[in-house]
Amino acid sequence: MQLLEAAWLVTRKDLLIEFRSREILYTTLFFAVSVMLVFSFSFVREGVAVEGAAAGILWVAIAFSGTLALGRAFERERQNETLRGLLMSPAERPALYLGKLAGILLLLAAVEVIVVPMVAVMFQAPLFRYPVLMSGLLLTGTLGFAAVGTLFAAMLVRTRSRDVLLPLLLYPITVPVIIAGVRGTAALLQADADLPMARAWLSMLVFFDVVFLTLALWTFEAVMTE
Amino acid sequence: MDFTSLSFTDVSRSYGRRWALNRVSLRCDAGEIVALLGPNGAGKSTLLAVAAALLSPSAGSVRYGEHDAHGAHATPALRQRIGLVGHDLYLYPELTAAENLTFYGRLHRVPDVERRVDAALERAHLTARRDDAVHGFSRGMRQRLTLERALLHDPRLVLLDEPFTGLDDASSLALVTRLEDLRAKGCIVLVATHDLEIIDGVINRAVMLRDGRLVSLAATGGSLRDRYRRAGV
Repeated sequence: MQLLEAAWLVTRKDLLIEFRSREILYTTLFFAVSVMLVFSFSFVREGVAVEGAAAGILWVAIAFSGTLALGRAFERERQNETLRGLLMSPAERPALYLGKLAGILLLLAAVEVIVVPMVAVMFQAPLFRYPVLMSGLLLTGTLGFAAVGTLFAAMLVRTRSRDVLLPLLLYPITVPVIIAGVRGTAALLQADADLPMARAWLSMLVFFDVVFLTLALWTFEAVMTE
Repeated sequence: MDFTSLSFTDVSRSYGRRWALNRVSLRCDAGEIVALLGPNGAGKSTLLAVAAALLSPSAGSVRYGEHDAHGAHATPALRQRIGLVGHDLYLYPELTAAENLTFYGRLHRVPDVERRVDAALERAHLTARRDDAVHGFSRGMRQRLTLERALLHDPRLVLLDEPFTGLDDASSLALVTRLEDLRAKGCIVLVATHDLEIIDGVINRAVMLRDGRLVSLAATGGSLRDRYRRAGV
């Protein structure tokens, strides 16, 4: 219970700061929309989108804007060394991790609320045909990406070249998550939706989430100590 | 968890090939205010970070009373008993003074946190600015607020790194009085500072670091400034 209380305190604090500054939300949203616009010039010809492009574009927008959000979320903790203030508290380290993760997830969810309908309109993608499965893919995919990203962003917060290192470390590890997200979404978007395939990719994402979350919770204390 | 002493035994800490601390041995007891002196880069902040369990020593041991714990082995119960004012203030500029204190108070599981926050803001003379975002505060106001942040949970071990930075005369005197109160309550207080005149009258003793090593400082014979100068700094 104390773990969840401390995690909620951290999440609430992050959301309050973001509500006041709106810095991460606007930056990530602007970036995600820009990515979609650029892709739309390449993949939409005479008003018709290239088949299968929407799934990839959606997940590229989520992954790239997510990386931006991760970097900024921890940059805030570095600027005034507030991370040390958190580490000095008696809160369990996993609570700090879960708190930061939940804050990033909620921010990315807010971005997805805008981005998903935009992809649906710009690329004529039937993203709302199977809302439960689609939401499941988005939730588990974003969770897997953010679970690893939160750990790496925390790990790199004191390094000088963190902006370069974060994507270098994050993308190779999260490639399975992004592939599963893209393939699962593509299975839902094809003319004759392949529901068993989408469910299989969803199961794969749940598996990745469990593995990544367990590893992150296990290693976070050691990563943050020095 | 409680403790009545803080002991460093042959503590060394390296950053790469540079030794920030080199075989430092020091003991501080409850009800004692110890000044940590030395030139810039002498290792004062590193020693405080090790005492705060934020850094593990590369060699040697740190004991909190009977408990041998440092770095990764610092338990939540130990961290609950430590208050740290560092070079950086650990305050969120976007949050108000009251929100900053309430956040840290709740994280430290301080009972009756709202009342304690009100009292802390009163002590810091920030009651009128309680709902103002910290980014609009002067350095001195932030320093007063961060002192309250560090003491909100009644720590046993109080670690202060340049606590007089940015404080005006009245606030400096208030801090000296606060240090005396902490001593009377039986806290262990370790202060790294260059403001020798201000702390001269309040400390029990002073130790000096140079190039990561503890060097001797005369216990008597003139003001703290004079003894510091005679030590060759």
